[in-house]
Amino acid sequence: MAKSGGNGTPMLDELEKGPWPSFVTQIKEAAEIKEQAQDLLKLLERSYHEKIGHWKHGGIVGVLGYGGGVIGRYNDLQSEYPSIAHFHTLRVNMPSGWFYTSEALRTICDIWERHGSGLTNMHGSTGDIILLGTSTDELEPTFKELTDNDFDLGGSGSDLRTPSCCVGPARCEWACYDTLHITNDLTHHFQDELHRPAFPYKFKIKCAGCPNDCVASIARADMSIIGTWRDDIQIDQKEVTAAAKAGLDIQKDVCARCPTQCMDWDGKQLSIDNANCVKCMHCINAMPRALQPGKDRGATILLGAKAPIVEGALLSSVLVPFIKLEPPYDELKDLIERIWEFWGEHGKNRERVGELIQRVGLGNFLEAIEIEPVPQMIAHPRENPYVFYDEYFEEGDDESEDDQ
Amino acid sequence: MPVTTEAIADAMYAMVKEYQGKKKFKAGDLTKAMKQQFGEADADKAACKAAIRSLIDSGRCVYTYFGGSFIEIPHEEGAASGG
Ligand code: SF4
Ligand code: SF4
Repeated sequence: MAKSGGNGTPMLDELEKGPWPSFVTQIKEAAEIKEQAQDLLKLLERSYHEKIGHWKHGGIVGVLGYGGGVIGRYNDLQSEYPSIAHFHTLRVNMPSGWFYTSEALRTICDIWERHGSGLTNMHGSTGDIILLGTSTDELEPTFKELTDNDFDLGGSGSDLRTPSCCVGPARCEWACYDTLHITNDLTHHFQDELHRPAFPYKFKIKCAGCPNDCVASIARADMSIIGTWRDDIQIDQKEVTAAAKAGLDIQKDVCARCPTQCMDWDGKQLSIDNANCVKCMHCINAMPRALQPGKDRGATILLGAKAPIVEGALLSSVLVPFIKLEPPYDELKDLIERIWEFWGEHGKNRERVGELIQRVGLGNFLEAIEIEPVPQMIAHPRENPYVFYDEYFEEGDDESEDDQ
Repeated sequence: MPVTTEAIADAMYAMVKEYQGKKKFKAGDLTKAMKQQFGEADADKAACKAAIRSLIDSGRCVYTYFGGSFIEIPHEEGAASGG
């Protein structure tokens, strides 16, 4: 732990106690070589005492030609904390799956020690490498050094945000498509959309290799690309028996927890009614040696997630139930461009694509982007006004009333 | 004679300049305005995209972010001096 109280920061020092790594300790270490980190500690301590934040957004700073990648920050007590008068953030496009060599990490840290506070945040919620705190004068020199070393800025503002993905086939046997390749490919293909904001608001793409969705794409991406399969789950009956012998209660812990109850275990043989499997991954996660996703693999494309800002949070919902994802991904790219076209034409300022769909209606949206409606798009079948189930009506109900 | 990228860029610049301080335009707003001014055939999406690129790369305009991304004439912002 860094020396406590050395900066006259009694409240921050409290945050160094306990078992977890502390951001205060990290800033204190940076403060040994960086004046910005010293001022940052003092300003933060002051904010804790006053219960007032002293940061202001900047909306203009950036590097020439780009409209994203730099988030302007200034403090409102510049004469007292001059070294952090400007404290801009840079977003740097991370590699697919966040794989780095130690040399690449050293390179980026060295650049940042030369041009900024030396403080980083690995990684931001979109996935970028976040470089915290530099002045306006240092933006172009930092950018030049980054690009000289094959790094580039990521997205910010009303643009395509840096696409991100899970580790996929590089580390995970459940990947149903190559999340790393497609993320890299889309990032390169849509460079203009990433650096030159032309959308009504942000657009995030996240690629998860299977329905475990380790990048939480269903909650965090306007377009969630989630790996799936359309044939049968692969079963190795010998491994099922081995799992049972090793103590796994297959009936209780696997079959009974299948959300559609489509599994059966007779003590010797496991069977799955695959037509009723909703690809939740529970059984595969529980018995990774015995079960695997099917062989006919691809992805489901979902649209519309966002965190609550103006409107409440939305989860993505199904747009394309199954698509084969193989290079050069033309079908997917065409679909993305049709969505952007309609959103660009009809979206209001700060309206995410999910909100636009809610406003104009899914039917109109689908027609505009030339996608046929399919049953998988319906989030709640029993709430569909065109489908009536017998169990909906209790004795004595007049069904015809609902037609009005 | 077809409209050149520079002619579209100049028209966009004139629009941004005229409304500076009064109204902010997004890339989409400028594109729609150019389609009206020059017609969809001449000022299509690609031509407007090229015009915006020329405005930004030449430094005549910059992207700004105020709850959304806009295209403006470069200016000093209040927060830069702690205001
Ligand atoms: S989302 Fe699926 S494929 Fe990707 S890392 Fe997680 S478990 Fe593996
Ligand atoms: S993946 Fe889920 S729904 Fe499908 S069989 Fe396994 S537990 Fe059941």
